[in-house]
Amino acid sequence: MTVGVEIIKEETLLRRFISDFAQSKIAVAGLCTIVVIILIAIFAPLLSSQNPYDLGQLDIMDGRLPPGEVGGAGFTFWLGSDDQGRDMLSGIFYGLRTSLGVGAMSAFIALFIGSSFGLLAAYFGGRVDSIIMRIVDIQLSFPAVLVALVLLAILGKGVDKIIIALVAVQWAYYARTVRGTALVERSKEYMEAARCLALNHKRIVFRHLLPNCMPPLIVVVTVQVAHAISLEATLSFLGIGLPVTEPSLGLLIANGFEYMLSGKYWISFFPGIALLVTIVSINLVGDQLRDVMNPRLQK
Amino acid sequence: MQSGLVLLVMSLLVFVGVFAIGNPVDILINPDADQAEIERAIKALGLDKPMWEQYWIFLVNALQGDLGRSFVFNIPALQLIWQRMPATLELAAFAMFLAIFMGLPLGMIAGLKPGSWIGRTIMTGSILGFSLPTFWVGLMMILLFAVYLGWLPASGRGETVDLFGVPVSFLTLNGLSHLLLPAINLALFKLSLTIRLARAGTREAMLMDYVKFAKAKGLSNARVILVHVFKNIMIPVVTVLGLELGNVIAFSVVTETIFAWPGMGKLIIDSINVLDRPVIVAYLLMTVTMFIVINLVVDVIYSLLDPRVRLGDLKS
Repeated sequence: MTVGVEIIKEETLLRRFISDFAQSKIAVAGLCTIVVIILIAIFAPLLSSQNPYDLGQLDIMDGRLPPGEVGGAGFTFWLGSDDQGRDMLSGIFYGLRTSLGVGAMSAFIALFIGSSFGLLAAYFGGRVDSIIMRIVDIQLSFPAVLVALVLLAILGKGVDKIIIALVAVQWAYYARTVRGTALVERSKEYMEAARCLALNHKRIVFRHLLPNCMPPLIVVVTVQVAHAISLEATLSFLGIGLPVTEPSLGLLIANGFEYMLSGKYWISFFPGIALLVTIVSINLVGDQLRDVMNPRLQK
Repeated sequence: MQSGLVLLVMSLLVFVGVFAIGNPVDILINPDADQAEIERAIKALGLDKPMWEQYWIFLVNALQGDLGRSFVFNIPALQLIWQRMPATLELAAFAMFLAIFMGLPLGMIAGLKPGSWIGRTIMTGSILGFSLPTFWVGLMMILLFAVYLGWLPASGRGETVDLFGVPVSFLTLNGLSHLLLPAINLALFKLSLTIRLARAGTREAMLMDYVKFAKAKGLSNARVILVHVFKNIMIPVVTVLGLELGNVIAFSVVTETIFAWPGMGKLIIDSINVLDRPVIVAYLLMTVTMFIVINLVVDVIYSLLDPRVRLGDLKS
């Protein structure tokens, strides 16, 4: 005999957040997809039938095989191969690695730089504020593609260079977001209390102000990671992003471009799908996060 | 004043940056050339002078409307860009035209009937338009319409006719068929944006007192929507799309590369690849100038559309 004991779960902030988030099935699906994609990116060497960056493993005789064909090395090219005999599936796995890595890395560096400047501007106000925000305004009035194009034209190709370009494009978004939130937070009572306790600037800014500016930032980070991945692919497609020896998804698509007119669709098609699924999943999660964290929409 | 300063800073940044890229001599001069020949070429191109002197010469010339000669084509860089500009502007204008004239009605429909299947379909479409990478959509459009169906050509500009001395494509059938795919591709993102703006604007406006008042006055539904609601959703749409016009011109770099459209965007990518410095510098300065002008024009149109902005200015 069991007595119906009602277990009342303590409603912690995290639990509430998770249940709010889970209300949208499509966002949960997006989150699951992201996890799978990240796992694929991490374990790419175990999952792939060849190392697409090792030119020694590529056999030019296996070039441009249609999907499902068995190549000279004895394994099946499920998604076909490109002109150098690179297995598209392995190429996509490794490409995801590069694309996600570049996207996440640049978003986090930009987050660090951007939110530091945003906090400085909001906390000190006055001349510091107007100088920083003027720079942000000018930067944001130019399209991201153009700024990245200029920088890459100057810097040249390479993983580090594209990260620099993406950071330069993105920091201003974070700076503006953080400043906006921090201005509101600054006038709240807990900040006044912190100042009354004569805590030093560093402690006030990083221990009190920053944590309270996090919610909108998390949303911006999600959206910006997707944006960075898309921008990196575009730049690599234009031939000014990553070097040809380590193809990201954008470069794989660019490689297939010239073969497309003869109907060899798979070289461009499948990497594009991988890119698309990644970006859409991140955007879905970002949208839901925005809804959950928006206090105006909360019951 | 501020615009001038931005332009000067940009010119310095771009010039110094481009200077650092690499040595155009290696690329342009025949590797078999002897030392004397190389030196003659360096002198002819003005590359032997120190960097600040090159910049000073460049700046003085720029103020006289001379941005240097293209190393590759050996014609003034500005002239080269002027030649390519109509193609880009035509593409951008046509794309904007598509975005506005398809986006506004679609967005208004979605705003009037947010819960219906048609409203939801339009919104799903616009989310896709945001998420899909433009360049990949372009490739897939070529694959579908040019390779498999064979309806539309995949590259080039087609036949052009001169309109006021400027070659344009959209007046010939052949030119129009060439223009259609790149323009749709370029318009896709703006189309999604217009739909969202128009939808949000319509939903907001329908709840406003002036709409209720107009309805109470006995005006027909069509008149309320087409006159009263339409005018008010134009304000955000004009502002955002005006700012996006510059974005369209910048993004045409991608579309032009895919569809081999002979505009400025393709020129800059080609120039970056062969390190044609004067052209890169001239292109970037032209684009920056264009941006400053566009922002100014948007501000003016904005105040014309929204009397509140003008009144605010008068008070301050």
